[in-house]
Amino acid sequence: MTTLTAHATAPGRSSHVIADTVTMLQRNLLHMVRYPGLSLFTILGPVVALLLLVFVFGGTLGAGLPGVDPSGGRDAYLAYVMPGILLITIAGSTGGASITVAMDMTEGITARFRTMSISRAAVLAGHVVGNTIQAVIAVALVLGVGILIGFRPTAGPAEWLAATGLIVLISFAVSWLGVAMGMQSKTVETASNLPLLLTLLPLLGSGFVPTASMPEWLQWFAQYQPFTPFIESLRGLLLGTPLGWNPVLAIGWAAVLALAGYVWSLALYERKSVR
Amino acid sequence: MTRPAIDVQGLRKAYGGKTVLDRVDLSVEAGTVTALLGPNGAGKTTTVHILSTLVRPDGGTAVVNGCDVVRDHDGVRASIGLTGQFSAVDGLLTGEENLRLMARLRHLGPKRGAQRVAELLERFDLVESARKPLATYSGGMRRRLDLAMTLVAAPSVLFLDEPTSGLDPRSRHTMWDIVRDLVTDGTTVLLTTQHLDEADELADRIAVLDGGRIVANGTPDELKRLVPGGHIRLRFTDAAALDAAARLLGDSARDEAGLALTVPGDGTVGALRGILDRLDNAGVEMEDLSIHTPDLDDVFFALTTTTTTRPGPAGPAGAAGTARTKGTES
Repeated sequence: MTTLTAHATAPGRSSHVIADTVTMLQRNLLHMVRYPGLSLFTILGPVVALLLLVFVFGGTLGAGLPGVDPSGGRDAYLAYVMPGILLITIAGSTGGASITVAMDMTEGITARFRTMSISRAAVLAGHVVGNTIQAVIAVALVLGVGILIGFRPTAGPAEWLAATGLIVLISFAVSWLGVAMGMQSKTVETASNLPLLLTLLPLLGSGFVPTASMPEWLQWFAQYQPFTPFIESLRGLLLGTPLGWNPVLAIGWAAVLALAGYVWSLALYERKSVR
Repeated sequence: MTRPAIDVQGLRKAYGGKTVLDRVDLSVEAGTVTALLGPNGAGKTTTVHILSTLVRPDGGTAVVNGCDVVRDHDGVRASIGLTGQFSAVDGLLTGEENLRLMARLRHLGPKRGAQRVAELLERFDLVESARKPLATYSGGMRRRLDLAMTLVAAPSVLFLDEPTSGLDPRSRHTMWDIVRDLVTDGTTVLLTTQHLDEADELADRIAVLDGGRIVANGTPDELKRLVPGGHIRLRFTDAAALDAAARLLGDSARDEAGLALTVPGDGTVGALRGILDRLDNAGVEMEDLSIHTPDLDDVFFALTTTTTTRPGPAGPAGAAGTARTKGTES
């Protein structure tokens, strides 16, 4: 019989945070590869929405855009709606983070991690970085579909680089919110529903129709919520529309959302991992 | 004498207004097994959660391997392992991947990690299913994997929260063997259980927890001594024989439906012969006889049912209770 007790030396102090984050990240990526269903779903939703909006509603919606020749409505609308679709993709990816975190919590493995003195930062960052990677891949695929059906960005290399950076930043920020939502949820079902609130935000901004066409109270909300500067920045970078202060606002909002998700999930981590 | 591996004094915990632990004292010597025995809601899991740093106590002190669970939780975490009631495994990975994850998080290094994983798969009889997803695992396999994951870093203090609940008898015995081996190797074990046979089987000492208080603490034999004597159960073929025997034997309890008579007595040959002689002499026919020595069931019932009237926290109070017969045969 093998000896079971070799009495290891004290493991797991703060110096291991980075190594542990990498381990946790690899675990999350392995989940993605092993069970691509969840990832597929975050791509399928936006693609279906894109096809519906462009081919079913696009002609009429495009014709209603200011300064568009009614005969070219569909193409104009594809160009208009693409940044909004990309942000819906990012917002939708939070569902993945939320569900995985909730599963870890209900399975009790988070409690195990806690008794092993793995820093909570490593556990959470593993989820966040994993989900960010997933979101960026999803955005790339949805964008690919857009280009296939005729989306033609005017961006040069610098704009592409900036747009990529922005997408990574926003994905990272909302992933923190997704992690916090997963932690807040008592069940996996709640965890999959809570992030739907986030996917509504691009709809209540400038993603699908210009905010000027909305009632005044909604215009006010649309103007001051984070997804409008996100969308406007992306639109400006990809299609050359005026950027204004939007990139600054977008970066500011991303920082605020990331911080909020970080603080929220840290506050819940100790409490919610014990049932 | 070295200091105990687990030393708990005056531990208190309340959730909302509800007291879960009320000044619990507990001490576990290194290399021994202590069972925390108690009904649902007695505070067993909360105790284990506090000792494994998952929950902060409201008051009192708890020291594990010389480290305070509140002030030095990293110190505690370095030497403990917890296998809880709910399996703490990654259901999306294979058994081997789960173990490898633990080896990496314990920073064993690639070579030692791989060696340890192989060792544990072998020891826990998981080699064949090592590369299969957990969805295909039975309850017993999951539990074994769960414990194997806890043991990757060879903790010197092991907490097992109801380690065999929901397992079939064979898996249960396997689990018991594993625990015995660990103790042979010097691991200190604190386990919670609702199963008296499990406590009797594994534990050097048993602490009975009821309503957040330790109501008794001792070796299994000491606890059994708390309840007075055993009993002999006699079963008859008809009511007439039961009546006759009841008259003959005096101090006894009748079970009309089961046609049985319960006579206090310890089941020694002398006591048995006395009863049989008296029945024989009177010509009373008996169908069946069974001897019941006091077991932990009796202790458990005696100690944990009368929560409201018990005067003191521990000691002989429980002995005042009567041993309850189980009456399961019939």
